This record gives sequence, C-alpha cells and structure tokens, in this order.
Amino acid sequence: MSLDSPKEPAIELVGIDKKFGAVHANRNINLTVAKGSIHGIIGENGAGKSTLMSILYGFYHADQGEIRIFGKPVAIRDSQTAIASGIGMVHQHFMLVENFTVLENVMLGAEGGQLLRKGVATARKELKRLEDDYGLEVDPDAVIEELPVGSQQRVEILKALYRGAEILILDEPTGVLTPAEADHLFKVLRVLRDQGKTIILITHKLREIMAITDTVSVMRRGEMVATRRTAETTVEELAELMVGRRVLLRVEKGGANPGKVLLSVRNLTVKDSRGVTMVDDVSFDVRAGEIVGIAGVAGNGQSELLEAIAGIRKPASGEIFIDGQPAAGIDPAGLRDLGLAHIPEDRHHMGLVLKFEEYENSILGYHRDERYGRGAMLDLDAIRKDAEEKIAKYDIRPPNARLRTANFSGGNQQKIVVAREIERDPKMLIIGQPTRGVDIGAIEFIHKRIIEMRDAGKAVLLVSVELDEIRSLSDRILVMFAGKVVGEKSGEAGEQTLGLMMAGIAA
Amino acid sequence: MSTASVSLPAWINYGVIPLLNLVLAFFFSGLVVWAIGENPFEALQLLLIGALGRGEGIGFTLFYTTSFIFTGLSVAVAIHAGLFNIGSEGQAYLGGLGAALVALSLDHYVPWYVTMPFAVIGAALFGAACAAIPAWLQAKRGSHIVITTIMFNFIVSSLMNYVLVRLLIVPGKMAPETRTFLEGGQLPKLDWLIALFGGRLGAAPLNFSFLIALVMCFLVWVLIWRTKLGYEMRTLGISPSAASYAGIRYAKIVMITMLISGGLAGMMALNPVMGASARLQIEFVGGAGFVGIAVSLMGRNHPAGIILAALLFGILYQGGAELSFDMPRITRDMIVVIQGMVILFAGALEYMLRPAIVRLYQQVTGK
Repeated sequence: MSLDSPKEPAIELVGIDKKFGAVHANRNINLTVAKGSIHGIIGENGAGKSTLMSILYGFYHADQGEIRIFGKPVAIRDSQTAIASGIGMVHQHFMLVENFTVLENVMLGAEGGQLLRKGVATARKELKRLEDDYGLEVDPDAVIEELPVGSQQRVEILKALYRGAEILILDEPTGVLTPAEADHLFKVLRVLRDQGKTIILITHKLREIMAITDTVSVMRRGEMVATRRTAETTVEELAELMVGRRVLLRVEKGGANPGKVLLSVRNLTVKDSRGVTMVDDVSFDVRAGEIVGIAGVAGNGQSELLEAIAGIRKPASGEIFIDGQPAAGIDPAGLRDLGLAHIPEDRHHMGLVLKFEEYENSILGYHRDERYGRGAMLDLDAIRKDAEEKIAKYDIRPPNARLRTANFSGGNQQKIVVAREIERDPKMLIIGQPTRGVDIGAIEFIHKRIIEMRDAGKAVLLVSVELDEIRSLSDRILVMFAGKVVGEKSGEAGEQTLGLMMAGIAA
Repeated sequence: MSTASVSLPAWINYGVIPLLNLVLAFFFSGLVVWAIGENPFEALQLLLIGALGRGEGIGFTLFYTTSFIFTGLSVAVAIHAGLFNIGSEGQAYLGGLGAALVALSLDHYVPWYVTMPFAVIGAALFGAACAAIPAWLQAKRGSHIVITTIMFNFIVSSLMNYVLVRLLIVPGKMAPETRTFLEGGQLPKLDWLIALFGGRLGAAPLNFSFLIALVMCFLVWVLIWRTKLGYEMRTLGISPSAASYAGIRYAKIVMITMLISGGLAGMMALNPVMGASARLQIEFVGGAGFVGIAVSLMGRNHPAGIILAALLFGILYQGGAELSFDMPRITRDMIVVIQGMVILFAGALEYMLRPAIVRLYQQVTGK
C-alpha cells in the first residue's frame, strides 16, 4: 500500500509479519515513507502500531519481511543498528535520567571515550548547532527533573538528532503536552522536515494527523488498511478506517437538568508532598444531573483537587461537602460509603492493580462489601459472577475474568474501572482523564456512560486535559490555572476563550 | 523480544524451572566436591540416604523442615504486603521466650495438650511483639523495615543473653539455659507418623509442631487468597498507590501484616524449644530465620511451595550433617556452600533459564 512519491523513499517496509503466540500483531505490512515528509500512523490501541515501530527500531524481530532504509536493505538486529541506520525514536514515556543535566542525557551512550572532558566539549558544541538549526532551545545545563514535560521531550529529540538520526519516530508525542507545547512541537517537526528529516508520527489523535502530517496510514487489527494523502482525506474517513465502522465523533446529549447541590467545595487549599500549594482557595458546587468539567493545562492543580475530593490527599484547609455532609478528611473507603465514585486519572497506578486478575480489580475499593463475602472472607464465586456480568455489560474484551489485567488493552482496562465505579450506582462521580490512552471505539462508549450518569441525576465532576472532551461533555466548565479557578463558562464556550483562560491570560 | 511477559503453563513455571535450577545447583556443588577430591555422586548418595534413608533421618529432616516452614511463612506473609522482613531470626528467638515462659509456668499442673495452645499464643505474641516496633517505625515514620528488623535481630540476641544468663538460668549451673520442662511442657514426638511408613523415629526430634506448621500453611493460604485482609495486603504489596485509592490504610496493613509475620516466626520456637530440647537454650534458632528468606523465595511465597522448599532445606541440613560425618573432607562449611548454591540458583538466579525455556516452549508448541 503506497502512494507514488516523487521523492525517494526513506523507509520501505515490505511484507512485515509478526506473531506473538496466538496474536498476529502485524500482518504483511507494506509501507513507504518519502524522505523529507511527515507520515502519520494511526490506529486503535492494539492495532499493531507500536509493534511495527518496535520492529523498525530493533526491539522486536519480524518473522518475515524486509526493511529498506534509503533504498538499502537493512537487518535491524537491535536499537544500535537502528541508530546506525539513522533511525531515532522518541518514546511515549521518556527515557531520560531524571537527575542528569540535558547535556549529560544527550551524551549518554555516546560519551566518546573513557574520559568525559573532551566528549562534553564536543557535545556542547554539537548541541548548540542542533538548537540553532532546528529551533530546539533547551538549556544544556538544566537538570531534567526541573524541566517542564515539553522541554524534556525536546531533549529526547535532541538525543536522537545528536546520534545522527535522519528518520525520527515519535510515539504518541502529545499525550503529555499542553496545547501550547504541542504547537511548539509541531513547529519543530515542520522545521525538521523542511531540513530534510523524515518523521513518523504515531498517534490516535485524528486532529494531530490532520494538522501536521503529509501522508497518513491507518492500521487496524495488525493490518495496514489504508494510506492517504492527508490533504485528500477527512477526519470522518480516518475514524471509520480505524474502527471499521462509522463513529460518532461528537457526543450527543440533551440539555442538563440540574437539581440539588451534591458536591460542594469551599475554600479548598491542597499542598503537595513538598509543601507547595497546588490548589489555592478553590470553591465550587456540582449539582445532581450536571457535568462540571475542569479544564486546565496538566499540572495546574487538577490532579491534587481530584485526590483531595477523593480522600486520597488531605487538604491543607477548606471544606468539602458531599450531599450536605462534611467530607474533608474522610478516607476513600468512607467516601465510597457516602456515595462517591472515583475514576482516577492514572488507571495503571491507582485505578487498577495490573498484576491482579480482572475479577480482583473489579472489586478494588468495594472489596469490604458484604456482597463480595461475609465478614472477613472473600466469596470468590460471587466476585467472579459479578465481574462476568460487568464484562458482558461493558463489552470488555477478551471476556475473561481470570485474565491478568495487564494483558487487557488500555481501552478495556479503562472499561474495567468505569464498570466498577458506575455499576455501584453512586450519587456522584468524579473522573480524571476518562479516555487517556483509550481508543476511539471505547471513548465513544465511555462518554455515553458518563452522560447516562448525568441523565440519571448523578453529579459528575470531570477533569481532563483534552479540551475537546471537556467541551463535548460538560454543562459547565471551570478553568484552573496555577491552582486557582480562574473562571467559569458554559459548556458551549469556544476553544479560544478557554485556551486563553488556561494560559492564565484572560479570565 | 522480551520473554518476561510470556506466560508459561504452571507445570513449567512451578515444576520444570525449579527442578532445572536444582539440578544446576547440585551440578556446581558436585564440581566443588570433586575439586576437593571426593566423589560427587557418592556424596550425593550419602546426602540423600542420610536425609531420607532411615526413619531417624527422615525424622531429623522433617524436624528441620518444621522450623523452615514457620520462618518461610513468616517471610512470605510480609512479602505479600510488600514488606521484606529480615527479622524472622530475632522474632523466632523472642518467640522462644514466650513459649518457654508458658511451659515453665504450666508444666507442673497440666498435660501438654493444655499447655500447647497457650504456648502457641505465647510464642506468637512474643514474636509479634518483636516485629511490632519495626512495623510501627515503618508505618508511622517510614524507617525502612529491612534495616530495623535486622537491627532487632541483634537487640533480641543481646536481650536473650541477658534473660538466660541473669534471669532464667538454673542456679548453680554454667549453661545459660532454663530448666528442662516437665512432660506437661513438652510437645510429643511423632513416632506414629514415621511408623505409618514403617520406619522408626529413634532419637530424631520430629514433634507435634510439624502438624502445627502444616495447619499454619493452610491458614496462611486462606489469609492471603481468601480473606479481605489478604486482598488488602496483596493490593498494598503490588501497588501502594492503588491501595491508597481503594481506601486501604497503609499503617494499619503494615502493622497487622508484620504482627502476623512476627507471630509465625515466633511459633517456630515451639519446635526446638518445646519439641526437641525441652528447654530454652541460647542461640537455639541457629539461622532458621535467615533460611526462611530463601525458603520463601524458592517457594514463590506460596504455602505449598514453602512446604517443598522447606523440605529441600531440611534434606540439605540433615543430609549435610550425615555427609560431613561420613566424608571428613566435607566439613560443615562445605554444606553451607552447597546450601548457598541452592539459594543462588533456585532463588537469586530464578529467571536465568527462563528465556531459553520460553523459546524452547514456543518452538515445541509452534506458537
């Protein structure tokens, strides 16, 4: 599947095939990427994008097929050969030494000799040149952990360029970035392309594909189902190709019917473990039958706010009322009894125990309930039956309550959490990043469930860094900046207005 | 590709891999034996016959096994909650004091089966008490449990020296030990168990505490996999952040887990103190607490695995003692080398063979 390209190809994949046990991760993949272009690869989680890129970067070996780089067949045995062939990779989770400086990280693995001194001097010079050429400004002596995420990503790109990468692979690069940082990244990518570098962008965000790529390939269930010129395709067509059926991109919902106040936050101040004030004197209400969205660039106190309401983090001062009862300082178990359900931002670290089997996670937080076993004992039969009902109702795949949770895809893991929290029929639901790393089909499903909760008269508090998600779900939007709620808008507020508020410019 | 994520059938994971590790351990031990000029095959034969050949050997083997089951369970329970209890040695030692005090106070008045439940409780309470302070420091102050439990081994050792030399010693005697318990303070030998298989227990100290150990294995299994507390412990052990999300209280679980762990270690004392020597002696634990770490590791922190691993170490202890008796060139220290090999290959290098076996398995099954 390739488009005739006037330019010479940088990468040609011919008949790549890879199986993991019974899973056919890549089926006879053919792909040509022209030199000096930005090529997007989209697909749902588990479609085989990451496997394909891992083969290209030497983490996995293809069972069959050939890889040609700049026309020459290359046997990529490991990441070293990939780097030597001019391929650089920017991972979704950065591979940086947190307490090293930018310069040290860039040099790592390419120190150039036993003694550092000479290497440092050359590296510093080279880094300066790369910064000037591509507009990748980062202070070489800054320590990584003190840099914002966007800058850390730039360091990853610098690392790849420092090693002479002609082809850059970026895996979900904007997942952790603010809109402004993402824009900056795209600017850098365009400069890189214009200077002749080839870029492969793996993402599941259709808007990014439309915004930045020249060509795009769609993967579904291990196959490359289509390749298009970006200018000649639409978001709707790509979404349909990804999922294999028509998808509603915009959630349909009727008007809200707000009732009495179920969640009330008064002058809440929350500090993080270092004592830095993360939530600063915040007050708001959430009523029954409405979805209140909290918009904001990641790191402006939303996480701490959620954790404080969920009882995980003790507030420094202020009050929280759930259905009129004071709830600040009550632990998560007590809050669940009050009717609060919590879908946490980070399902890997909070919402799930990945090593547990599915059914064990289906009771996390509710495991003391009498219906899962009398007294001190667990009733495994009852728990498994309950888990299987949720699996059926939420279409969790594979439908196997005994499977390790880590072996489910991101979307299905999130469905496990959503099923657990919603099926308890809580009075109110607080949700962090409901669809982070979740594929389109599951996003649609989860959004529908959230709106159903609202329509059933529950109070829903939603935190998301995806502005689209906030706008399409929320009835009211609060914007957080630097720990404060800087403004409130209706659900119909424009992206631009909210964007300015999120940047702390307008109120 | 990485093979760590490939799941293998249980019979390979829990059968083939440990067995191969064991074979490797014995192979390298054999090399050592050969290097000092003894015949390794003969040595292995002597070891196995010494441990399993006669009723008396089996009795000794199971006697050691009993101690290792208790300490292995102690370590395993803590590991399930993410705590590395290195203090089973000291907890067992203090547990001995608990058992001995009960035996000394009751043996004049009641038969053994009345003394026993109180002795079990006494041993467990003293063991738990020894774990309580490190547990509290971990739960409330974040002092690392590994460091504090190690230190408590030394503290208990000194304390017991004082107690035995100054307080419990029989007046006029030189040996720092209590008086011999009367029959009401002793656990009966399990002659009948060996007789069941046609052997004779002879002088071997296998006693009733072996059965207590097996019961504890079952109870620990129930605790970990069938109770809400066990669920909370496992959640905390794997993911402290998920535990806090679920409203599982860190300090509470750390305290409870360590008290149970210390209690199990304390019960180990029943075996040597009330079962074998019928008195509290200095340094009676003899490293069983540390062997418990290896036993738990080898047994994958599962009671069934712990029984097997404890049995293996029982065989090594008893067979090793016989071996050093029959082959003078193989000293006690040599036996420690062999035990070290087993720990190295079966515990520390657990995953060394795994990638190769995964590849072989995939080739054979054609996946």
